[in-house]
Amino acid sequence: MSPESYVILAAVLFTIGTVGVLVRRNAIVVFMSIELMLNAANLAFVAFARMQGNLEGQVIAFFVMVVAAAEVVVGLAIIVAIYRSRRSASIDEPNLLKY
Amino acid sequence: MIGTGAARLADATQIAPVIQPLAEATGVFSYLWLLLALPLLGATVLLLGGRRTNRWGPYFAVLMVVGAAVYAIILLLGLLGRSADDRAVGQTLFEWVFVGGFTAPVALQLDQLSIVFVLLITIVGSLIHIYSLGYMEHDPDKRKFFGYLNLFVASMLLLVLADNYLLLYVGWEGVGLASYLLIGFWQYKPSAAAAAKKAFVMNRIGDVGLSLAIMLIFVTFGTVVFDEVFAMAGEAGESTLTWIGLLLLLAACGKSAQFPLQAWLLDAMEGPTPVSALIHAATMVTAGVYLIVRSGAIYDGTVFALTAVMVIGVITMFLGAFIGSAKDDIKKSLAGSTMSQIGYMVLAAGLGPVGYVFAIFHLLTHGVFKANLFLGAGSVIHGMNGEQDMRRYGALRKVMVVTWLTFMAAYLAIIGIPPFSGFWSKDDIIHAAFEVNVFVGVCAIIAAGITGFYMTRMVIMTFFGKARWPDDAHPHESKAVMTIPLIILALGSMFTGLALLFWGDIIDWLTPVTGLEQSPLPFPTILLEIATLIVVLIGVAIAIGMYRKNVPIEAPQDVNILTKAARNSMYDDAINDVLVVQPTYSVSRALIGIDNRGIDAVVNGLAAFVGGSGERLRRWQTGFARSYALAMVGGAVLVVVVLAVVRLP
Amino acid sequence: MTTIPWLTILGVLPLVGALVLLVLPRDNARLIKQVALVFSLAALVFTVVMGLQFDADSTAAFQFVESYPWIPAFGISYSVGVDGIGLVLVALATTLVPVTILAGWNDVEDGRNVKGYFAMILVLETLMIGVFSATDVFLFYVLFEVMLIPIYFLIGRYGGPNRAYAATKFLIYSLVGGLLMLAALIGLYVVSAQQLGQGTFDFAALVGLDIDPTTQKILFLGFFIAFAIKAPLWPFHTWLPDAAKESTPATAVLLIGVLDTVGTFGMIRYLLPIFPSASEFYAPIIIAMAVIGIIYGALVALGQTDMKRLFAYSSMSHFGFIALGIFVFTTWSMTGSTLYMLGHGLATAAVFLTAGFLMQRAGGSSAIATYGGVNKVAPVLAGFFLFAVMSAIALPGLASFVGEFLVLLGTFSRYVVVAVIASLGIVLAAAYGLRLYQKVATGPESPHVEGMRDLGGREVTSLVPVVLLTIVLGVFPAPVLNVVNPAVDRVMDSIGMTDPAPALAPAGGEQ
Repeated sequence: MSPESYVILAAVLFTIGTVGVLVRRNAIVVFMSIELMLNAANLAFVAFARMQGNLEGQVIAFFVMVVAAAEVVVGLAIIVAIYRSRRSASIDEPNLLKY
Repeated sequence: MIGTGAARLADATQIAPVIQPLAEATGVFSYLWLLLALPLLGATVLLLGGRRTNRWGPYFAVLMVVGAAVYAIILLLGLLGRSADDRAVGQTLFEWVFVGGFTAPVALQLDQLSIVFVLLITIVGSLIHIYSLGYMEHDPDKRKFFGYLNLFVASMLLLVLADNYLLLYVGWEGVGLASYLLIGFWQYKPSAAAAAKKAFVMNRIGDVGLSLAIMLIFVTFGTVVFDEVFAMAGEAGESTLTWIGLLLLLAACGKSAQFPLQAWLLDAMEGPTPVSALIHAATMVTAGVYLIVRSGAIYDGTVFALTAVMVIGVITMFLGAFIGSAKDDIKKSLAGSTMSQIGYMVLAAGLGPVGYVFAIFHLLTHGVFKANLFLGAGSVIHGMNGEQDMRRYGALRKVMVVTWLTFMAAYLAIIGIPPFSGFWSKDDIIHAAFEVNVFVGVCAIIAAGITGFYMTRMVIMTFFGKARWPDDAHPHESKAVMTIPLIILALGSMFTGLALLFWGDIIDWLTPVTGLEQSPLPFPTILLEIATLIVVLIGVAIAIGMYRKNVPIEAPQDVNILTKAARNSMYDDAINDVLVVQPTYSVSRALIGIDNRGIDAVVNGLAAFVGGSGERLRRWQTGFARSYALAMVGGAVLVVVVLAVVRLP
Repeated sequence: MTTIPWLTILGVLPLVGALVLLVLPRDNARLIKQVALVFSLAALVFTVVMGLQFDADSTAAFQFVESYPWIPAFGISYSVGVDGIGLVLVALATTLVPVTILAGWNDVEDGRNVKGYFAMILVLETLMIGVFSATDVFLFYVLFEVMLIPIYFLIGRYGGPNRAYAATKFLIYSLVGGLLMLAALIGLYVVSAQQLGQGTFDFAALVGLDIDPTTQKILFLGFFIAFAIKAPLWPFHTWLPDAAKESTPATAVLLIGVLDTVGTFGMIRYLLPIFPSASEFYAPIIIAMAVIGIIYGALVALGQTDMKRLFAYSSMSHFGFIALGIFVFTTWSMTGSTLYMLGHGLATAAVFLTAGFLMQRAGGSSAIATYGGVNKVAPVLAGFFLFAVMSAIALPGLASFVGEFLVLLGTFSRYVVVAVIASLGIVLAAAYGLRLYQKVATGPESPHVEGMRDLGGREVTSLVPVVLLTIVLGVFPAPVLNVVNPAVDRVMDSIGMTDPAPALAPAGGEQ
């Protein structure tokens, strides 16, 4: 299979993720959509690395994974905290950043 | 009849001033700096010593000035021992300002002109210091008073001993400072504080003239040292010299209370009377005359500036005389007289080499008899519990015999009755004025008549007639510490003129510095002397006629316009107020408005604009997380589209 | 020749002091103040020792030079060194810091952060030393900007009731200037990269550049506006009255007496040598601004009802004189400007400290109308106050006179009319100075003044050095002139200007 397919798959995954972020209200789902986008990017990195025949893309993919893992920890903690105080995981409700 | 100074030289004479090379200060002269150091030490010790010096401080101050006077006399003897064209001694203490081609050392110059000033300052200064021991006896701040007096003496000596214009300027402002401190000595009185400020600020206007003159001198000659400037003065263009001359005249007007900067002198009488005697009669106010005479070489090249000097002198001579005739406050009347007499000196200086020596001669005799008059007035005021209104005096001759007699000596001297000292010097000025311009000469004679009038008025109101004392007044003669200086000064009023002229040869003494030009008058000198005497006697007679009878305690209001104007000092305050003070404050207020509502408003407005924009842009922050996400996506898409479009062609 | 890194040690000394303060127990205010004073005095002593090593006859542009690479990729180095002008101003800074610490002993009431106040002053001292001795333009810029931080906190945390407004205004004003300077600095770097192949911020290398006139004019403006705001020149002055009014006396002394001179110092040090043709081009405009500032500042001071604002405006008038002296391009006026910076620093210290002592005794009010008759109840305080006023109005015999006169002399030699207008400032100075003294110290005592204590030992001790220096430098300025003259000659060389010759050559030949 040619690497192009992987790139196309990455693009499709990214689009799904984007739409998910834009249309879903549940914070957990939004979060998962973001993970999807990150992984789409990873996939693209790896595919391009393969096409270029070098390792930079793969290395960056590892970085992304590490950062994503850290982000998941922090993000979930925030979501849990918000849920505890508001009894809801909707991202439309908290507007602490309004104005 | 004895010939006066001017008349002695019957034939036309022309003696050019010589620029004497400054001899190295050796022998008795090597301690020239002591002249400054002694009073400066006194001032430092008294002003920094605090209350510890209260007890002995005043005596210490007196000692310092007397010490300076003794040394000055030694210096005089030293100069007498040298030949006539070798009487200039210089001492460079250290380099002061040196930048590029500009140098102004701290260097002293003692020559025939400065020594007479040094003697006047230190001797009259010593007498006034001693007198003050009595006059200020009960003042709690006596120590400060003597400290300031010493500071004044030091600054004044610096002024006359400096060998360059910039150093002179230091002394010039130094005496201004001392004058400020002393006029405002009783500064808890608002009037005294205001008078002190007024004196300093008006003097500063003159000082600007001096400082600009120094700059112009440097730009023209490349130096500010007297000798070097005077040596080249002839080479400079006339317009330059005229400007320098006019600027120096402005300086002289400020310091010597000449028209149009005369308004501060009458207010300066708020100071204690010894201050008026020392600073505002005998020494500081004559600094302007010193400046003009010292700069004679510059005025030689400019008829215009010289004429301006003369005109200012004539105007002030009359102005002061009128004011002196109308004031009821004895000190203010004397202040008017001082203005008038300095007007005489300035007039004489404005005659050029014809008059320089006589200006100085009159300055010396005036210094003595005017100090005498002021100290006499001080003695009267002291005896009358601070009352200064002559309408409340009268008949004091019976209770204050010494004061009365000494006052009379000075009185005869100032109105110019031979052989008292004023006669010689004033007559010389009148004579010299006639040589140059008959009109000016006539003016000088008329002013002499007015002098006779106002001085007689003062003497009658104070010492003769009926007693008009306030009920609680118990006039008494002052203590010996005050009367002894008075007696010495009275002797001076009687004999200074004679002594300087015939024994001291003041004319020959000064001519190497000032030069001298004389031409015989078309009529015998004796006629002039007689005419002057007659005019003076007429003035005296009018005064006797007017004030022989009772003097009302309240000043009569139905008087002519001239008297009214003179009582208000010729409306000088009103004029200054309308022309200068009020406009300045208006501009100041307007600028404060501009600053707050204009410039600062622009700045704050800019800040408000930035803040306001932020305020509006803030509305975009809806807090709706998904709209932020949409914005991000939109942005990313836009970037991709732009990249694609740019790449495509 | 010398291996001792004089300037670095000097600069670090107060910083070490600040760090030591941080580890001291915060409740022992007395110890904190003493340690701060000891460190500032040590810096002063060190400055004196260093000053004695300074060789006035040296032909080198800078002395006590040190240079270490900092960011070599951009040609940035840590380079320091002083010429006569820098040395004099470093000395001014290290003299005034102990004075202000001593005078501001009780500025911060107990319970507030005493430690922070004195640590901030010491940090500021380090930065001031650095800014006057940097010979790398980037280093100068960094220090120039960092200086804002301690001052911001000194005003904003320890100042008067309206301190937040004043501190913010000061900070933003200065940052705007700093931004323009940064832009110009980058431009300068680019020009140097074009001409030298490798970009640099080294002062000597930048002076050697041959920048084309148009570029010069643009870059000049960036630096000039920053310096003009700092100085401050009319019409960039409106932050000063607010900042002066709200800061504590000690802060005001450091702000107006030392920090503001960084602006005029920058003009002499950087603008003239690096942008000679632009300096000449803008000179008439700047001279006009300076003269307007002189008269405007004096007139506005005349009508003030607040002491501190009055002194702020009088300072603005003085900075007009200083800038005037720099931009008429004569050795007299430029030396005069340097002396004036010194004299103005000392005069500022005297006026703000005495005003501060007055205010402390009258419930902190700086309104002139609060006072009256101080001379009667507190003669020593009134005496110092009068001395301060006299030194602010440049009485001959005091330090600022020599500077003022030389500035006017230089101006007169080129622009007579300008000198005449500027000298009106002298009269106005007497008017506003003595008006203030008259209202504050003379006449009947006002109710706020009754029972006022006279100065105590600590307060007198803090003022005496200022007074002594003012008199000594006024009477015997030779030590300063000796080191400043060669530096000014070098600046004049670098802009290719010579003094106008006198109309008639002196008899003894040219000097």
